[in-house]
Order: sequence, then C-alpha cells, then structure tokens
Amino acid sequence: MEIFNHDSNIHFLGMRKYTIAIAIFLMVASIGLIMFRGLNYGLDFTGGVSMVVDYQQSVEIADVRGALEKGGIHNAMVQSLGGTREVSIRLQPKDDPSAVDANGKINLDRIAADVMKVLQVARPDAKLKSRDFVSAQVGQELRSDGTVAAVFVILGIMFYLWIRFERRFAIAAVITEVHDTLVTLGILALVQREFDMTVLASVLAVIGYSINDKVVVFDRIRELFRLARKAEPEEILNRSINNTLSRTIITSLFTGITMGALYFYGGTAVHGFAVTMLIGIVVGTLSSIFVASPILLWLGVSKKDLMPVTKENPELARRP
Amino acid sequence: MSDFPRWKYALVALVMLFGIIYALPNAFPPVPAVQVTANRDAPPVNQALQQKVEAALAAKKIAVTDVFVDGDQLLATFPNSDVQKSGLDEIKAALGDGYTVAFKLQSNVPGWLSAIGARSMPLGLDLQGGVHFLMQVDQKDVIEKQENSYADDIRSLLRQKNIRYESVTRNAASGQGIAVILRSADDRKTASDAIANEYADLNVADGASTGDRFVLNVVVKPEKLRELARGAITQNLGTLRNRINALGVSEPLIQQQGDSRIVVELAGVQDPTEAKKLIGAVATLQYRPGIGQPGDARAVEAARTGNIPPDANLYYMRGDNRPVLVSKQIIVTGNQLVDASSGIDQQSGTPKVDVTLNAAGAKKMGDFTNANVGKPMAVLYVEQVYETKVIDGKEVRVPKITETVINDATIQSPFSKQFQTTGLGSPKEASDLALLLKGGALAAPMDIVEEGVIGASLGQDNIDKGFKAVMLGLALVLLAAAVYYKLFGLVADIALFFNLVILLAVMSLIGVTLTMPGVAGIVLTLGMAIDANVLICERVREELRNGSSPHAAIRAGYEKAWSTILDANVTHLIAALALTTMGTGAIKGFGVTLMIGILTSLFTSVTLTHAFTAAIHGHRKLKTLSV
Repeated sequence: MEIFNHDSNIHFLGMRKYTIAIAIFLMVASIGLIMFRGLNYGLDFTGGVSMVVDYQQSVEIADVRGALEKGGIHNAMVQSLGGTREVSIRLQPKDDPSAVDANGKINLDRIAADVMKVLQVARPDAKLKSRDFVSAQVGQELRSDGTVAAVFVILGIMFYLWIRFERRFAIAAVITEVHDTLVTLGILALVQREFDMTVLASVLAVIGYSINDKVVVFDRIRELFRLARKAEPEEILNRSINNTLSRTIITSLFTGITMGALYFYGGTAVHGFAVTMLIGIVVGTLSSIFVASPILLWLGVSKKDLMPVTKENPELARRP
Repeated sequence: MSDFPRWKYALVALVMLFGIIYALPNAFPPVPAVQVTANRDAPPVNQALQQKVEAALAAKKIAVTDVFVDGDQLLATFPNSDVQKSGLDEIKAALGDGYTVAFKLQSNVPGWLSAIGARSMPLGLDLQGGVHFLMQVDQKDVIEKQENSYADDIRSLLRQKNIRYESVTRNAASGQGIAVILRSADDRKTASDAIANEYADLNVADGASTGDRFVLNVVVKPEKLRELARGAITQNLGTLRNRINALGVSEPLIQQQGDSRIVVELAGVQDPTEAKKLIGAVATLQYRPGIGQPGDARAVEAARTGNIPPDANLYYMRGDNRPVLVSKQIIVTGNQLVDASSGIDQQSGTPKVDVTLNAAGAKKMGDFTNANVGKPMAVLYVEQVYETKVIDGKEVRVPKITETVINDATIQSPFSKQFQTTGLGSPKEASDLALLLKGGALAAPMDIVEEGVIGASLGQDNIDKGFKAVMLGLALVLLAAAVYYKLFGLVADIALFFNLVILLAVMSLIGVTLTMPGVAGIVLTLGMAIDANVLICERVREELRNGSSPHAAIRAGYEKAWSTILDANVTHLIAALALTTMGTGAIKGFGVTLMIGILTSLFTSVTLTHAFTAAIHGHRKLKTLSV
C-alpha cells in the first residue's frame, strides 16, 4: 500500500521565498506571543498555595473539585492524602485575585479563608488542617535547568552534525531547531495551555524528534550529492525532500497516532505532554520539508563539501 | 542464500528471551501489606507479636491474607488497599507506640524470578502513592552558629592586631550580635576600624561604657542574615537530596515551601521509617583538639567532680563510655566536608571512613596538624533526633542531642585534604556514618512537622489509564504498519512488540521508577521506534523500483538505511541525554525512559527485523517482496 506517489516531484524549493517568509513570520509571532502573552506556567514553575483539608466524614475527590469549581476557584489540584478524609488542594494565587496585594505579595491566610468558605458551603465538616505557600525558587531552578538542557541539546546536535556532515548542515539544523522550539512554545502561549514539568519534557523531546526528521533528509542530500555527476544543489535538495517525503509523513503519522492514544486514554496527567508533542510533530514535519533545505541552499551547500575527505599533501597545502 | 550470520540469530534469540524473562515480574503486581518494625526500646518482632496481630485482626474480622515474620519485621498482607488501611489502623491500636506500623507494597514476584535478579519496576508517587514530609528548618541555629564563628574570627583578629581585649561574647539572644569589651577608648577605636575593615557583613557601633569596660556592639547586617537564611535552606535542600538519593529513592520531590520549610515526597516508599531516620537525624562531625587521652586521670576526675576546665567540654567515648576532655575549639566541621566513604582499614582491619575536606577545611586542618603532631585530636559526633512527647495533653517535639566522641587519635603526621577516621564499631556503622556525612551536614537543623502517606487509589487510576494508552498506541501502530508494509510491516510489528518488552526488561533491571511521564516516554518511544522500520521499508521499496532483485533490495535496504538510522538516533540520543541530566524528578524519568527506548529500538528495529527478514526470505527464490 502506498499513500504517496513515489515519483512525486513537488518543487518544494521553488516555494522557498514563501515558506521561509512564513517561517520567519511564525518565529517572530511566536517570540511576540511568548513575550507579551506569556506562557501559562503551571504550579511546578510558579509555586503556589497548598492546603490540607480534613473532613469529618469521608469525601470524594470529585466532590471537592466540584465545590471549588462552583465557588469560582478553578484549576485547583485536588489530591487524596491517604485515606478518604484528608485532601490536599493546590492552586495558583492568581485563581484568587483578591488575595494578592499591589506588590504581588500573597496573602496566604486570605486564600485559605476563601477556599474554606467555598468548601464549607458544600460540606460543613471541612476543616483546614494546614496551609502553605510553595516558593517560586524551585520553578526558577527548573526554568534555568530547562534552558540549559535546551542549549545543551542544540549545541550537542550541532557538534555531531558538524563532524558527521558539514558546517552548513549543522547550522541549518540548529536554525530549524530553534524555529521548531519557538513555534511550539508560541502555539502553547497562544492557546494558553498550562506549561508544567511534563510539557517542558515534551518540548525537549520535540527537539529530539524534529532533529530526527531533518537528519533523514540531510542524509539523503549527502548521498545524492556524492552519487550525482552533475550536482545542481537546488535539484539535489528537491529530490532529497521528495524521496524522503513518504517516510517523513508516515513516521509523523505513526508517532502522531501514539500521541493521540496517549491524549485520549492517558488521563489528564499526560494531556499537556501529548498535545505539545502533537504540535511539535506537525511543526517539525513541516519545517523538515519547507524550512531546513532552503536554509541549506541559502548557506551554499555544494558537492565538493560533501565528498569524503581525501588526504591532502601537507607540502602542497603550505604553498601559496 | 542468507547473508545473516548464525551468531546474530543466536544473539537475537537470546535478547528476546532476556526481554521476556526480565519484563515478566511486572506481570505480578505487588500486594498491599502492612509492615511492623520494633522501635529501639520495644521487644523485638517475634511469634508472640505475630499471634497478637493475628488475634487483633481476627477480633475485628479483617480479611488478612497472610501474617508472617520476615527478619526483624512483621508483615501482614491484605487482599486490597481498603482492607490494608483498616488493617493498619487495627494493628496500630493493638501494638501501641513501641512499634512502627507502616504501609508497604509487598513484592509478589515468584521466587525463581527474584533468584535471577528479575524484579518489577518500582512505581512513582503518581502511580502508587508514597510518603510525604514537611520539615521546618530552624533558622535560629544558623544565625547562632554564624555569630559564634564571627566571635572566633574577631578574637583572632584582635590578637593578630595586638589589641588587648577583655572578652568577646555572643549575646544570648540570637541575632542580637556580639559584645566586644575592650580596656580603653583608643583600643575600642582601633578595634572598631579593624573589624569594620575586615568584615563587610558586620555593623559596628560603640556601646555603653562603664569604668574601664569599653563595649563595642557588633551586629551581623540584616541582608547578611537574610542571605544566611536563604543559604541554609538551599544547603538543606541539597543535603536532603543527597541523603534521599543515597536511600535509593528515584524521583524524589524536594521543594522549598514558604520561607523555612521543605517538603519531601518519596515515590514508591510506603515505609517512612528509614527515610525519617535519615531526614530527621542531624549528624555532624566536629574535629577538635583533644586534651589528654580518653579515660585518663584528668578526664575521670572532671567527670567525677563536675569541674571541667573552662576551655574544654566533657564527653564520653562511643561504645565504652570512657570520659574524655575535648577542647572547645573547633578545627573543622561537617560543613567543610566534601566526601566521605567507608571501607576497611588495611592496617588495623577495623572499619574506617575516608574523609575529604574542601579547601578552607583543608587549610585549617593542615595548619592545626602541622603544629600538633603527636597530640590527640578528637572527632565529635553530634546527632540530633526529635522526639514527640506529650506535655499537658499537647504533643510537643523535643530535640534530643547526643554528642559522643567517636574517635580520639594521636596525629601521626600532618594532613590536610584527605584523611581517615578509624575505630568505628562495625562496617555497618562506618557505612551509615559515611552516608550521613556524604549527604553533607544540614546547615540548620530540621524537624518533621507534617507527614503523610499518599493514597494508592489515585495511583491505580493512573496505572489503568497509562496501561490503556500504551496498549492502544501499540495496537494502532501495529495495525498501521501491517496494513501499510504488509509482511515487512508484520516483521516490524514483532520488533516493536519486543522493543516494548525489552524496554520494560531493561527499565526493571536498572530499577527505573515508573511515573506517568515515564509512561508517556514509553508511548513516544513506540511511536518513534517504528521510524527505523519505515526507513528500511521505504529503502527496500525504492531498491525494488530501481530494479534490484528482492534479495539485493533487502540487503541494500538495510545497508543504506543504517547510516541514516544511526545519525537520526544519535542526535535523538543527545536530546534524551540532556533530559536525563536535568535534576528534576519527572523530567529525568522521562529522559531515562526515552534514552533506553532509543537504544533498545536500535537493536529491535534493525538487528531483530533483519534476523526475521533473513529467516523468512533467506533460502527461497523470490520474485517479489511483500513490502
């Protein structure tokens, strides 16, 4: 069975002016979204308020969630703390704007009081056992760790491609990587999906996934350059994209299928992960086809850069 | 003809077998159990205790599967977690305070599997619940310590500058600074300037003077105090992380909460005792100059009369309780310790702890030992354990400080950075001590103010969902591959299935804690592992289109795809590696899963499929390939 015509010869590079323009636009828009709209950081990053509530009689987690929702406190994380009478409630200070003063200082007592009022409407036997505020320091640590990891990935990949391929491939891959990461983050900022630890993991996985895609195309480019007698870069690049097109799309579909399964059946704990990955797969696939190769062409890749290195005579090299 | 060597078939068969055996324990979920251990003063766990527990459970008609003594603990297993909970309450009530009663997940893996080291994957907090602690950090202690250290520094500064002083003492209330008493106004002026010059973090002000007592009040600047408090929390966080890592709990969540509290969540731990011991104990070593030998006349005299020289403290040796006098001067503390490891001393055959100091500690130690060869040096072990006492009907946490000299040895030759502490009671004591020391000293003492066990019901819910997601993802990809690539797709399906099996086997063998992000990593691995087969199949198709014979197409397909697969996987591996280096629990678990998945998928989707393809097509004449 074949979905894609193996003789396909779409002139992808012919559209490069438009595709690159779109890519640049998306990047700029993403940067703007991240800067001005911002990512909706989750509790892992922002810290927040956590409370332990004790019920005299046993209580369903769903009922506690329901009571909070009804009382206008959304996005609270409710967890059982062993047994059926004790629940932990974690929420963002911003869910209760009246408890944050002008200096951004959080009035923990106020939040606790608000939450308890809401809970006691539904169940008068609810009692606050402890209240605490999660500091943002860990979040800051996490954010800087994440940035370091992303930079490490990008530099590591660049280094590897530089050795295995050639400088221009490394640069093209890294630019596309940055594009993919930014656009994925931009979309997350646009839809305001909560950015928590699993989403960060997913974003880093997207980098790994999308480089996979690029390397497959690059590998074909190198092979065709070496084989071709007359190597017109534009034509070689175009043929490489077309030759690998079927693989690029099938793999994306397969990975997309599994992420779909994860989204629909994996529960809320991995929703963010699956969604981010799906966004990343789409962005990464498109950029493999439309963005990476035009950059390569623009950087001026040629046959002679890719021929296996032959030992040069050092004597000859030294002469002017 | 077959270009696939025999040994590779054997390898593939072996790896498949390995995968099945070592993944198998995961098919035996652990059973909910309650564990009873005796506290220090209680009678040990024995048959009598077992009968007591059995009787207590029988009286309340609680369905217990089994009650048995296992080493120094008693285990009672229950059919489900609800019964487990009521069982725990009942046992607790029956046994009283002498015993620690805790939830546990008892392994259910058949003996022959455990015997060959096969075990099931530990599950994370989100999949099985676990314990959580909230700890209060005692900031006062940090400030006092720092003030004492400044007082010492000021004394030596004044001596060094030849300024005569009456006394340098820390004011009793912490944060109130240090009072320096001098003998003249001139001295006070010089001292004030010297201190202000030397220590930027101190505020110096003249105090009230009476007669020939000229007082200088030295206060640590508020911003320095704040910095100290912050630093103490950070150091305690790091120390806790190390201690808990040493405990073998992966993916611990250790977070600051508010200004002076630390929350610890230990995934998979259903028995908080061991963790509490490590978290709760504040163990520090202090290296101090010894005065005389342990048990010598002076020390015995001091112990008898209570007349202790002003520059000394009286302690007792660990083990034989001989009194020993130790100078108040501290040479090096646990804060300056970089590493500690236990072993057996070659010369004496006794357990030892090898200690490495940081540069500052090494310098102090070097200075001291250089000047004091042949003199004794004592190692003081300070341990602080909090106990709960009921006073006036209220629970009050009382710190219990035990200070014992664990070693008082003569300095044989000067040393600084690295040295050994010998003479410890047993190898276990040595390794326990090394563990606590390596965990670093806590900058400030902490005690547990809240503690809980996270319920397993939420975990079960997540396990069910995760299992469903993995199975569905696998099924869909298997179906899609079989439809799209026919026979080659089926071969890829076998590979993908075994990829999952081998991935689980490796994770189980290494002991990776499975969490929801880990499950996501498994699903992602499944989706991406098929990529190698897509590459191979597309290549084979291409070769066929270019007019190659079926056998040549298979060979060329695998050969040409290999370099691409390698490049793609190495770059992907770099990304996974970065994820594992990230300190944070959830991301690390995901990264480790991804990394193992990439490595196993390289084997299954290339070598394993090649073996199957060769076995299917090897000896036959082929006109076409089903790809």
